[in-house]
Amino acid sequence: MSLKQTESWGTRVGLILAMAGNAVGLGNFLRFPVQAVNNGGGAFIIPYLVCFLLMGIPLLWIEWSMGRFGGRSNNHSTPFILDTMTKRSFWKYFGVFGIFTNIAVAAYYCYIESWTMSYVYHSIVGTFDGLSQTQVAQFFTSYVDIGVSTTGIPYEAVIFYILCLGLNTWILSRGLAGVEKAAKIGMPLLILFGVFLALRGLTLGTSGASAEVPTASAWDGLNFLWTPQFDSLSNPKVWLAAAGQIFFTLSVGMGTIHCYAAYVRSKDDIALNAVSAGFMNEFVEVVLGSLIVIPIAAGYLGLDWVKENAGFGMAFQTMPFLFEKWGPVLSAVAGVMWFGLLFFAGITSSLAMGTPWMGFMRDEFGWGRMKGALSFGAIVLLLGLPTVIFFQEGVFDEYDYWAGTVALVVFALAETVLFAWVFGMDKGWKELMSGSDLQVPTIYKFIIKYITPAMLLVVFLGALFTPANNEWTVAFQDLFSGNGWALDNSSIIKTIANTGLHQQLAAATDPAEVTRLTDRLFYTNMARMILVLTFAGLSALVYVAALRRMKSNPSTVA
Amino acid sequence: MNTSALILMVLTQLSVIAITGYFFYRVFTTPPRPEPDSFSENDPE
Repeated sequence: MSLKQTESWGTRVGLILAMAGNAVGLGNFLRFPVQAVNNGGGAFIIPYLVCFLLMGIPLLWIEWSMGRFGGRSNNHSTPFILDTMTKRSFWKYFGVFGIFTNIAVAAYYCYIESWTMSYVYHSIVGTFDGLSQTQVAQFFTSYVDIGVSTTGIPYEAVIFYILCLGLNTWILSRGLAGVEKAAKIGMPLLILFGVFLALRGLTLGTSGASAEVPTASAWDGLNFLWTPQFDSLSNPKVWLAAAGQIFFTLSVGMGTIHCYAAYVRSKDDIALNAVSAGFMNEFVEVVLGSLIVIPIAAGYLGLDWVKENAGFGMAFQTMPFLFEKWGPVLSAVAGVMWFGLLFFAGITSSLAMGTPWMGFMRDEFGWGRMKGALSFGAIVLLLGLPTVIFFQEGVFDEYDYWAGTVALVVFALAETVLFAWVFGMDKGWKELMSGSDLQVPTIYKFIIKYITPAMLLVVFLGALFTPANNEWTVAFQDLFSGNGWALDNSSIIKTIANTGLHQQLAAATDPAEVTRLTDRLFYTNMARMILVLTFAGLSALVYVAALRRMKSNPSTVA
Repeated sequence: MNTSALILMVLTQLSVIAITGYFFYRVFTTPPRPEPDSFSENDPE
C-alpha cells in the first residue's frame, strides 16, 4: 500500500540539524541540571557520560539504521519499519508505540511550548517588571489556572496553546522542507541565545549577592554541579537517573528518529550523521544547559535555595524574577532569549512528533501533507485539551509519566532486542555501515548486542520495582536478609495501583482535601483511559493497514 | 570555583565541544555522494 517516496531532505546539514532539534528539548535546559543537582552534583556527570556512550549512541545508531532500512521499502513510521525487519507480525504492534508516544507527548509538550510563547510576550511587554519572587511564581500558578487571565484575554492559556498547535500544524503541512527550515532557523538561534545566557551564568560570580542573601554566589552553583564525588558512583540511584536522562535528552524510544532516517538512501551516511546530531545535543545540554539555570539561580538566591527548589518550574517561576535584576532593557532581552531558546528547543521537538503520524497515514492510506498535518493537529488538540483544562488535577503529569517516560523505555528495549537479536547483529551492523563516513569501532557490535539491552532492562526493572525512598543499597540488604523488597510509591507497580493517592486519601480529614484527592483520582484514571484508547485506536489502524497490504500482497500477514 | 570542580567542568566541556566540532568538521569536509543522493538541494535542475 506504500506510495512512492515523494519527500526528501534538502541538505545533509539540514537533516542533522532537524535530528539535533528533535533531540534538543526543554529537558536540556531544565531536566539535566535538576537531575544533576538531585543526584549528587559532580557525581552525576560521569555515569551520565558513560550511559551516553554505552546506551545513547548505540540507540541512535539502532534507530537511524532501522529507519533507513524501513525507508528502503517506503515505510516512514515504526509499525511497518519494524514489520520489514522480521517475519513475526506482532512486532508491528510494538511499532504502534512509535506513533502513540509522539501523539500523546505532543499533546502536553505543546502546552509547555505555548507557555514559552506566552512568556516571550510577557517579557517584551514587561509583565514581570517590579514583581517579587513570590508574585512571579504566583503569576505562573494563575496562568495555568485557565479561568484566570493575566492579559485580559479570556482563557489565555488555551488561546496560546491553540496558537502554538496551529503553528506546529502549519509548519508540518509544508512537509520535510518546513521541518528542515524550522531547524535551520531555530537551532542556530537557540545556540546563540544559549551562549549569551551561559556567558552570563559563567561570569555572574558573587555580583548577585544581596542584603537578603549575602552569601549568594554563582560559583557555588557551579561547584555543586561539577565537584566530583566518586563515592556516589556506587549508588544505583545515580546510575538510573543518568540512564533516564540520556533517554529523554536524545529523544530515543519515540519513533521520530526512525521516521527522519527513513528518508535517507542506503548509499548515504547515517553513522556520522547520528553521532553529529547526538553530540550537538550534548553540547547544548552539558555545555549550555549546565551554565544557565543553576549558576544564575545560585548567584542570586544562594545554593541552599537551589537545592531545596530545583525543579522544572524554576524556568517559569524563578528565571523571570532573576532577569529583572539585570535592569529593564537587559531583563526583557534575557527573557526573550531564555523563553525564545526554550521555544525553539520545544518546537523543533514537537515538529518531529508530527512526522511519524503523517508518514504512516501517507504510506498506508494515501493522505497528503495537509490532511496529515491537520489530522495530527486535531488529534493533539483533542488529547491535549484535558491536559490544559485539568492541569491542576494531574492529567498533564499522567500523560508525561506513561507516554513520556514508561512508553519510551518499553519501546527502546523492544527495538534493541529486535535489532540485535531478531533482525541479527550482523545484518544490523551491515545496515549501519552502509555508506558510512565514519569507521565505527567494532566493539560497538558487542555493546549493541549485550550491553545496551542489558542497561535498558535494568532501567526498566529499576522503574518497575523502584525500592522505598529510592534506597537501592538498603533494599538489597533487606532482600538478602529476608525482609522482602519494599516498593516506593513512584514505582510503576505502585503507580498503576494509585497507592500514593489512596494513602493520601486515607490520611486526609479535611473535607476539601478529600474532595481534591477524589477528583485527582478520577482525573488520573480518566487520563489513563484516554491513553489506552489512543493506543488501541492506533493499533486498530495498523491492523486495517496490514489487511490492506494483505489484499494487495497476499503473502503478508496482518 | 574549587580546583577539582573547575578541572572536571573544563575537561568535560572542552571534550564535548572538541568531539562535536570534529564530527561537524567531518560532515562539512566529506564530499557529497554522486546523484541520486538523499538530498534535494544539490539535485540537477
